[in-house]
Amino acid sequence: MTARIGVVTFPGSLDDRDAQRAVRLAGGEPVALWHGDADLQGVDAVVLPGGFSYGDYLRAGAIARFAPAMAGVIEQAGRGLPVLGICNGFQVLCESGLLPGALTRNSHLHFVNRDQGLRMEGVGTAWTRGYQAGQEIVVPVKNGEGRYVASEVVLDELESSGRVVARYTGSNPNGSSRDIAGISNLAGNVVGIMPHPEHAVEDLTGPGTDGLGFFTSVLEALVTA
Amino acid sequence: MPAYEVVVDVMLKPEILDPAGQAVSNALPALGLPAAASLRIGKHVELSLDAADQTDALAQATAMAEVLLSNPVIEDFRVRLA
Repeated sequence: MTARIGVVTFPGSLDDRDAQRAVRLAGGEPVALWHGDADLQGVDAVVLPGGFSYGDYLRAGAIARFAPAMAGVIEQAGRGLPVLGICNGFQVLCESGLLPGALTRNSHLHFVNRDQGLRMEGVGTAWTRGYQAGQEIVVPVKNGEGRYVASEVVLDELESSGRVVARYTGSNPNGSSRDIAGISNLAGNVVGIMPHPEHAVEDLTGPGTDGLGFFTSVLEALVTA
Repeated sequence: MPAYEVVVDVMLKPEILDPAGQAVSNALPALGLPAAASLRIGKHVELSLDAADQTDALAQATAMAEVLLSNPVIEDFRVRLA
């Protein structure tokens, strides 16, 4: 049985199709999920894609977080459903409380769109278990509100519990606290990542295929679950 | 129920960097304007709602702010009658 990975489309989502393609290239079956539909169609995992859901009105992800589809995502995430939030999806996860902290305006105010070096650290999660701890990869980053912030207490907790999934190497593209590019929840099934692994899955269309591991990891996690 | 005009002001918490406010502040001297010791930019929300009384109106607006208008991780809010 091929694992079915749902990808939610919100009004304003941009990278949903790219996420579906990444799932397909990894060997999974992508399932398009509509934000207004509470039925997640029994998918084995969910991706919240990048983009500008609701135009980032009020705050990025603030309105998408209340979509009917999110009710199911939040409930099932609490029961172990793997959920990957990419960029805007990461913002939605923080707004929904599935992940701590928040994403804010890039400290230098520029919208950054470039290939970015990352160091993988938390490789025990459903979405990153295919990487080695300390492995350096290159994945495109494109964001205007990608600066991850949290209280010192929360940041220390993330560090000490191994929940920093990835950190920026070289130049931090948005000023995020402690160069954090991605984090996970305690159980490791929910991951938020600011850069776009779904844009690094083919040599023709990206800086390489370093991002494919996010999608092959979850397929492997589902097989062995 | 009577109608009330309520204002919700949402600001980033003081410890959160506000680069937009800094950029605007930096622009003041270039325009020949007085310098600001501090300049931070937030959101001003104007609401019209039906409530039993003033207390109820403020309570409704507070609930809106707590759930949607303000993100408690990075923002503080104040509610007042217009």
